Amino acid sequence: MASVLDLVARIGRGTLSGVRGAGSLTLFGLNGLSHLLRPPFYWRAFFQAFAEFAFFSLPVVALTAIFSGMVIALQSYTGFSRFNAQSAIADIVVLSVVRELGPVLAGLMVAGRVGAAMAAEIGTMRVTDQIDALGTLSTNPMKYLVAPRLLAGIVALPLLVVVADILGVLGGFIVSVIKLGFSPRGYITGTLSFVQTGDVVVGLAKAAVFGFVIALMGCYNGYHSRGGAEGVGAATTSAVVAASILTLAFDYVLTELFFAR
Amino acid sequence: MTPPAAPGAVPKIRIRGLHKSFGDKRVLDGIDLDILPGTSTVIIGGSGSGKSVLLRCILGLVEPDAGTIEIDGVDVLSMNRRQAEATREQIGMLFQNAALFDSLPVWENVAFGLLAQRGTRRIGRAQARALASEVLTQVGLDPSVGDLRPAELSGGMQKRVGLARAIASRPQILFFDEPTTGLDPIMGAVIDGLIVDCVRVLGSTAIAITHDMASATRIGDEAAMLYKGRLVWQGKAASLLDSGNPMVDQFTHGRREGPIGMELRR
Repeated sequence: MASVLDLVARIGRGTLSGVRGAGSLTLFGLNGLSHLLRPPFYWRAFFQAFAEFAFFSLPVVALTAIFSGMVIALQSYTGFSRFNAQSAIADIVVLSVVRELGPVLAGLMVAGRVGAAMAAEIGTMRVTDQIDALGTLSTNPMKYLVAPRLLAGIVALPLLVVVADILGVLGGFIVSVIKLGFSPRGYITGTLSFVQTGDVVVGLAKAAVFGFVIALMGCYNGYHSRGGAEGVGAATTSAVVAASILTLAFDYVLTELFFAR
Repeated sequence: MTPPAAPGAVPKIRIRGLHKSFGDKRVLDGIDLDILPGTSTVIIGGSGSGKSVLLRCILGLVEPDAGTIEIDGVDVLSMNRRQAEATREQIGMLFQNAALFDSLPVWENVAFGLLAQRGTRRIGRAQARALASEVLTQVGLDPSVGDLRPAELSGGMQKRVGLARAIASRPQILFFDEPTTGLDPIMGAVIDGLIVDCVRVLGSTAIAITHDMASATRIGDEAAMLYKGRLVWQGKAASLLDSGNPMVDQFTHGRREGPIGMELRR
């Protein structure tokens, strides 16, 4: 009986802790967003975060996208050639990349790169009293550290995904034309005739949501880190893991919302 | 415990019945303290006695569970956000490890509070840079140091930059959290000297928390000792080493035997 009660108590504590964490994260996010609407806005901090998100993440996102496009073309050919449906490869590549792989892979890459760096930087500021110091210098840390990063995530990731979309399709094009013998004109025509504006727009909307989630998890975990170097390390790990899982979870939700028939 | 302020003298900072607990741990247990304008008060006490939490409560970085904190007769705990921000602009703080912003050059660290000011007090970057150079000179650093990053400075230089940042906006109140921790005795004396000079030049009211008795007697006019979240002694800083209070005597002379027992964590 005692062990059953103990189990129930543990489940209860775990549930309460989860609900408390979700509430705290939601309030943190809303607080951060509210500072985008209230001056002052720290443009220098925004541009620094934007450069970190967009410019410095470009190589890793570009390489991931181009190789993913190449792999999809190759795998699709292997499967579709059994049914004489090779002509659908261009359609499959462009839809996969624009609707899913572009936003998701860019999101996961940026979560690993920028989310981790953000959590580490803000976490270090927390454990070395730099965040408290901001408060003593007439500067709201949410306004200076969090709001510019959230906006940078929302704006930068869609731009990265535009690049990822183009390079992903290019990867499929290269494999299809050079290795599989497709005509370049036919491949491009197939791609352009199949993809719709809505596919691209929804992919970019997903990217904006992922960008927000990545920045939010980086800021939230860094902001609440405790206990020196170990705490900062734990915050960094949590930021990347949580951002990656939430990216995939939101991907499902948004796909269900926009594409499920 | 707190002797009442002299008749007619309004304390710059007046604290009454301040309580703060973290979970089961009671950190501040009914602090009453008056800090008179233009004085330097040193708060001593062992690790975990509540000194830093007291300072953070006054600064608004930690919200107390109960009690009042008045600055110039106005309760800061009942202020709205704008009023609290305006009050904080009167306060400068030197953190224990300087807490300089790694991502900014030294001059921008020093001028950070000036650049953050709004409205009619807003100044441009060129003017802020010139003011930062002036303040760096005031704390004994060459203005060329302004172009360096905090990571390129020694511990003593970081403290000086932290002091420059604290005084740059000419605050009415200055807080010093362990100003000489981690410094050699000579550098500690240099920092203390700079603190005394800055407080005198600005005419500020200062509160310093420290373990360093030499520093306490150099910086302070008044002194107080915290033990287990309570104020157990208050008097002149000059009398710290012969206060006649057994707790203060044990602490200032570093004796193992005495009323202060080593607390073991359970």
